[in-house]
Amino acid sequence: MTANRQLCTFLLDGLLFGVEVMSVQEVIRFQDTTNIPLASSMVRGLINLRGQIVTAIDMRARLRLPPRGAEHQPMNVVLRTSDGVVSLLVDDIGDVLELDGRLFERVPETLAAEFREVVLGVYKLEHRLLLLLDVERIVDLGDQVESRGKSGEAA
Amino acid sequence: MSTEDDELLREFLLESRENLHQLDRDFVALEQDPRDPARLAGIFRCVHTIKGTAGFLALTKLEGLTHIGESQLSRLRDGELVLDTHITSTLLAMVDGVRRILSSIEATGNEGEEDYSMVIDELSRIGTPTEAGVEPLQPALAASLIAAAASSNAPEHEPAPVGVMVAVAAPLPPPVAEAMLPAATHPAAESGDAGGKAAPSTVDTTIRVDVALLDRVMNLVGELVLARNQILQFAVSAQHPGFINASQRLNLLTTELQAGVMKTRMQPIGNVWNRFPRIVRDLANVCGKKVTLDLDGTETELDRSIIEAIKDPLTHAVRNAVDHGIESPERRAAAGKPAMGRVLLRAYHEGGQVNIEVSDDGGGLAIDKIRARAVERGLVTAERASRMNEREVAHLIFLPGFSTAAQVTNVSGRGVGMDVVKTNIEKIGGTVDISSRLGHGSVLKIKIPLTLAIIPALIITSGGERFAIPQVNLLELVRLEGAQARRGIESLHGATVYRLRGNLLPLVFLNDALELEKQSGADDVCNIVVLQADDRQFGLVVDGISDTEEIVVKPLGKELKGISSFAGATIMGDGKVALILDVLGIAQRANVVSPSRERALGDKSRKQESEHDAREALLLFRIGSSTRMAIPLSMVARLEEIAPEKVERAAGREVVQYRGAILPLLGLSRELLDEPRPESSDPLLVIVYSVQGRSIGFVVEQILDIVEEAITVRSQAAREGVLGSAVVQGRVTDLLDVQGVIRRFDSTFFDRKDAA
Repeated sequence: MTANRQLCTFLLDGLLFGVEVMSVQEVIRFQDTTNIPLASSMVRGLINLRGQIVTAIDMRARLRLPPRGAEHQPMNVVLRTSDGVVSLLVDDIGDVLELDGRLFERVPETLAAEFREVVLGVYKLEHRLLLLLDVERIVDLGDQVESRGKSGEAA
Repeated sequence: MSTEDDELLREFLLESRENLHQLDRDFVALEQDPRDPARLAGIFRCVHTIKGTAGFLALTKLEGLTHIGESQLSRLRDGELVLDTHITSTLLAMVDGVRRILSSIEATGNEGEEDYSMVIDELSRIGTPTEAGVEPLQPALAASLIAAAASSNAPEHEPAPVGVMVAVAAPLPPPVAEAMLPAATHPAAESGDAGGKAAPSTVDTTIRVDVALLDRVMNLVGELVLARNQILQFAVSAQHPGFINASQRLNLLTTELQAGVMKTRMQPIGNVWNRFPRIVRDLANVCGKKVTLDLDGTETELDRSIIEAIKDPLTHAVRNAVDHGIESPERRAAAGKPAMGRVLLRAYHEGGQVNIEVSDDGGGLAIDKIRARAVERGLVTAERASRMNEREVAHLIFLPGFSTAAQVTNVSGRGVGMDVVKTNIEKIGGTVDISSRLGHGSVLKIKIPLTLAIIPALIITSGGERFAIPQVNLLELVRLEGAQARRGIESLHGATVYRLRGNLLPLVFLNDALELEKQSGADDVCNIVVLQADDRQFGLVVDGISDTEEIVVKPLGKELKGISSFAGATIMGDGKVALILDVLGIAQRANVVSPSRERALGDKSRKQESEHDAREALLLFRIGSSTRMAIPLSMVARLEEIAPEKVERAAGREVVQYRGAILPLLGLSRELLDEPRPESSDPLLVIVYSVQGRSIGFVVEQILDIVEEAITVRSQAAREGVLGSAVVQGRVTDLLDVQGVIRRFDSTFFDRKDAA
């Protein structure tokens, strides 16, 4: 992990996160979402991205961070993953940073489990830390059990 | 090879693939009429063309194989030889050889390592005095033939690098046309009149188009339809007449364009059926049966995506019809039927759907054997099986697990992998039904939508959200207002039902099923969408019903696949996304149908558990002054109120005229308790039970409740007509022995086969 990386960065509850810039399709303003009943609370809903239907994942819920205030509209970071296109709802979008591989370090063991599951590592920036997210793992929400507790066999 | 040669080769492969299908068909047809000169000439020409091009392209193996075939074909054509089963099989072995070589060329670019000398030897022996078509097929060759027949489907599943034929015929690019010119004209001259007649005449009016391109165009049209819908929404509120005109024009053009593009993707179902004559022939030979295959409606058109999807299930169904449906010639003779069995494939359009029927004139479904097998396999309880009518029993063959049993023990029931057929057809939004008459054959009826991409749907709202329900599942809409709404819906111990023309319709509240917030103030109106899920009907209660609309189905992301209640999503006219309800998924979630058919087989422990803990919907009623009884709701056809003056007497029994027939009435109080019915002018409450077209009405004093409970029979029958007693809702309740009580009343009720 010494190669330089370009990361698209964004903010969630004051924390700085980044994803590989190559996996980002586009960043767009907040869009009206259609609720998906029975879906995990991490899924905010569906958005219409120029005719394509895209699932929006609320990153605050995904990382078990406190919910953002209603007055603050999130941004959509639209990602291309191996399973298709998904959108991440984030508080604010940051710069695209080119980062030196030497600044990278593995995830500290003490990091909360929800974080360790999706965070690949940490970049030590001058003034703060940047958490590098694993795109494929973010969109893997695990076996969604329909909320009424129907056995998870549903295909 | 040069690029020009590559191009040539590609064209050759594509051309030959079609020719091979035609060859299969022609040979099978020729067996029926061995001297049909037009067909012989056609076959000859086809093989000759392949040989000619193979020589040109230096495909030596292919040339060698087709050369000897061609020589023998010319003897057939000239009347030196007469076609028989042996010769046909040998020539078909050659066709298979050609097919394997072509597949090899397609996959690897060369002719492959396989040795065809055995086929060539066999071919060259045709018509020599020692063989003369008398000797049966050589075992080795037969084996290779069967193997080839089995594998001949395989190459077609591989994504062909070339476009699929979308039009009837296509012009050849100049180099190919030149290369084929001698081949094409030569046999025509040789075969005289038959040659000119069969030559394709549509060459100049059609083109080949890559299917991927068509798919892209189709997607774009889907987008255009959505954009059009959005524009139309604006047009509603627009003031400018020019804009309104333009949007209306856009609307018309889009609709036409959509229809046009859909048409380009349409293919006749005959493209799938092409291979069936060959499959049927080979399978019949292997099974030692005589079978003809008739095709009706080969020109019926279907979307390409559907054609692909039904290929396997249909093949399965046809194989099944030959393998299990048609009896051996001896058994057919014994049954007084012609030795030649008949399988009919029929396709036709009906109500925006395509119906496909696979019928055979074989032995039909052995209902009793299926019943026994299903019980043995633990798919249903013996008790439930005994209550099932013939249609329900016939449907058991679609249960997974039924099939494996049939395969292992080779019983003479039908149903090898019928569950696969059903699952595959349902995957594309179709339905499967089977009907059968013992000794007369059976009919498998498949209904499928014309296309998968754009479907008509009903838009409803619930909990402030919009949802689309595919029209295929929709039966009718019921709207109840005011007092009607409060009275019509009976909420009984958790299970809510509505009496729809006397039938009990289980209700599912969409707001509950999807855990949506209830909209207040809508208590006065109740909208029921009556839906079909599997073979059950149920009513979906929604807040509001909007309109029907053509919607473009879009898949949901993988992260939402776990939710079985939705089939996909679509974009509405205002640009917002709406979810498409999966009717079967919702029905399963609400326990209207058994949670999952996959579970029907279950493992042993689950099966036993379900036997002990079978939750069953029961109708509770009272007879006499205080006796509580229960009957499984599944046995109740209808509940009726009948005015006492309508009761007549016939043959010493009480009867009423009911739906154009005579319904015998059985007073349970008198029958079981020996209590006469009190004189009263109140209507009689009648539970109608129907089996095999005959009905009987149980007169009871009061309908108490409908419950769904796991019942345990506590004590065995204390008296006739009662299966036993159980505690239901904390009170002792007798379970009615429906069949027992009917037998006591009318001992021949279950034996009469004729419908009343």
